[in-house]
Amino acid sequence: MDASLLIQSTYLVAAALFIIGLKRMSSPLTARGGIVWAGIGMLLATLVTFLEPNLNNIGLMITAIVLSSVLAWVSGKRVAMTDMPQMIALYNGMGGGAAAAIAAIELVKGTNLTLTVEILALLGAFIGTIAFSGSLIAFAKLQGIIRKALRFPGLSWINLALFLGTVAVGVQIIISPETCICLLALFFGMALLLGALVTAPIGGADMPVVISLFNALTGLAVGFEGYVLGNPAMMIAGTVVGASGTMLTMLMAKAMNRSISNVLFSSFGESGDAGDNEGPSGSMKAVEASDAAITLTYAEKVIIIPGYGLAVAQAQHKLWELAELLEDRGVSVKFAIHPVAGRMPGHMNVLLAEAGVPYEKIADLDEINSEFDSTNVALVIGANDVVNPAARSNKSSPIYGMPILDADKADNVIVIKRGQGTGFSGIENELFFADNTRLCYGDGQKVVAELIAGVKAL
Amino acid sequence: MEGFIALYIFMLAAFTGFEVISKVPVILHTPLMSGTNFVHGIVLVGAMVALGHAEGALEQSIGFIAVFLAAGNAVGGYVVTERMLEMFTGRKGGK
Repeated sequence: MDASLLIQSTYLVAAALFIIGLKRMSSPLTARGGIVWAGIGMLLATLVTFLEPNLNNIGLMITAIVLSSVLAWVSGKRVAMTDMPQMIALYNGMGGGAAAAIAAIELVKGTNLTLTVEILALLGAFIGTIAFSGSLIAFAKLQGIIRKALRFPGLSWINLALFLGTVAVGVQIIISPETCICLLALFFGMALLLGALVTAPIGGADMPVVISLFNALTGLAVGFEGYVLGNPAMMIAGTVVGASGTMLTMLMAKAMNRSISNVLFSSFGESGDAGDNEGPSGSMKAVEASDAAITLTYAEKVIIIPGYGLAVAQAQHKLWELAELLEDRGVSVKFAIHPVAGRMPGHMNVLLAEAGVPYEKIADLDEINSEFDSTNVALVIGANDVVNPAARSNKSSPIYGMPILDADKADNVIVIKRGQGTGFSGIENELFFADNTRLCYGDGQKVVAELIAGVKAL
Repeated sequence: MEGFIALYIFMLAAFTGFEVISKVPVILHTPLMSGTNFVHGIVLVGAMVALGHAEGALEQSIGFIAVFLAAGNAVGGYVVTERMLEMFTGRKGGK
């Protein structure tokens, strides 16, 4: 059989498998099967590509694939559930880098590229490179390699200059008949720097939006390079990811009451300082875990609100143990998950699913907010901004208007927190100063273990 | 490839992408982001073709990097997505 016919038809099947896979991944019942479908598509497409005629450097190719696959497989298997977001960022950055590298080869070759091909190659290269360096910075920040947000006055101007400069070099590459390698190097270098500088000032709270945005950008870059190579599978898969990633990014940004441009071009902490002039009144009141355990045990209804702190403390299993224990004592327990709790939408759902919490115990913001009035105890563990009442009342607060979980409406609020500091966004939380709030300081896992011991002792 | 055919492909694929994501429950957002991240690992086939046609040390090294990065995207994306989704079904099956 004609190799190219086999290759083309396999790509067609692969594209269909990707779309079916993504479709199945959008329902909890079929999600597991979805990734397998997409995986089969990827495997088929990869294998059949070896049949491509006149393929050289097969040894190099197999070396690169084996080396990278082993590293990615091991790191992907080993990473803790709580560190998933940065791994997604890392793998995404690699995809963006690959798309940019493909463009680089085509541009270095530079032979008989039509105008459209050259423009799309450069566009894909630009987008892919930004996604690459940006994702690596996002990875480094979430992993704790880079701890401080890089901010200095005039950064936006530098970024704008870099952006315009990269575009200018791109145009120069297009109009000059013989492209100098130095021009290409300048193009990629500036795009690399731009991606890094755009991401560097962004605070941890906004990271999920940014990673999702880079995911969409990589998809687009892959789609464009697919056109350059005349590869419909890449065009379809890349564009589908570009579109779905953009949609997901908008959903996330909306849940945080921020526009995407707002996330990218203003830094959370800076606006936070301006809004902080009044400061909450009252004081933070600490409570011992044993006392908190009594409050929980004698409650009728408890709503648990997990946040990123739960992920950091790896306390999800202990937390579910506590919830089951309380249920045995006749307490009704529910989990309330804010759309942007954690570092990714659905991050908390994944953690709780890992611990074995049933779906019906987990409620969305819309479902649960009316229930706080009739709740005895709201147990906040490692969450901060998503329960900050300032979002409802304080117009000068940077999170004003963001939908929050109305934990403050419960009779009692118990907050498990590592220390007295503010959350990732750096905004003071009035809830922690409220009369009905008690704070239980300590590492999440340790405090929950103490609560369990306290409940058992009763 | 003819320009207009390409435009049709881009347009239809974009609609498909919007359609797929608009019906996803929040609970699946992280796994789905990871799943879409895996799907753009298809860049691997492009990287293989690019390396396969590369000539000279410069093109070969860029091609090697391209294949290396793309394979990491595909394999890593698959592993983490599968691990996340496994927890959903594992529990459903256990119940």
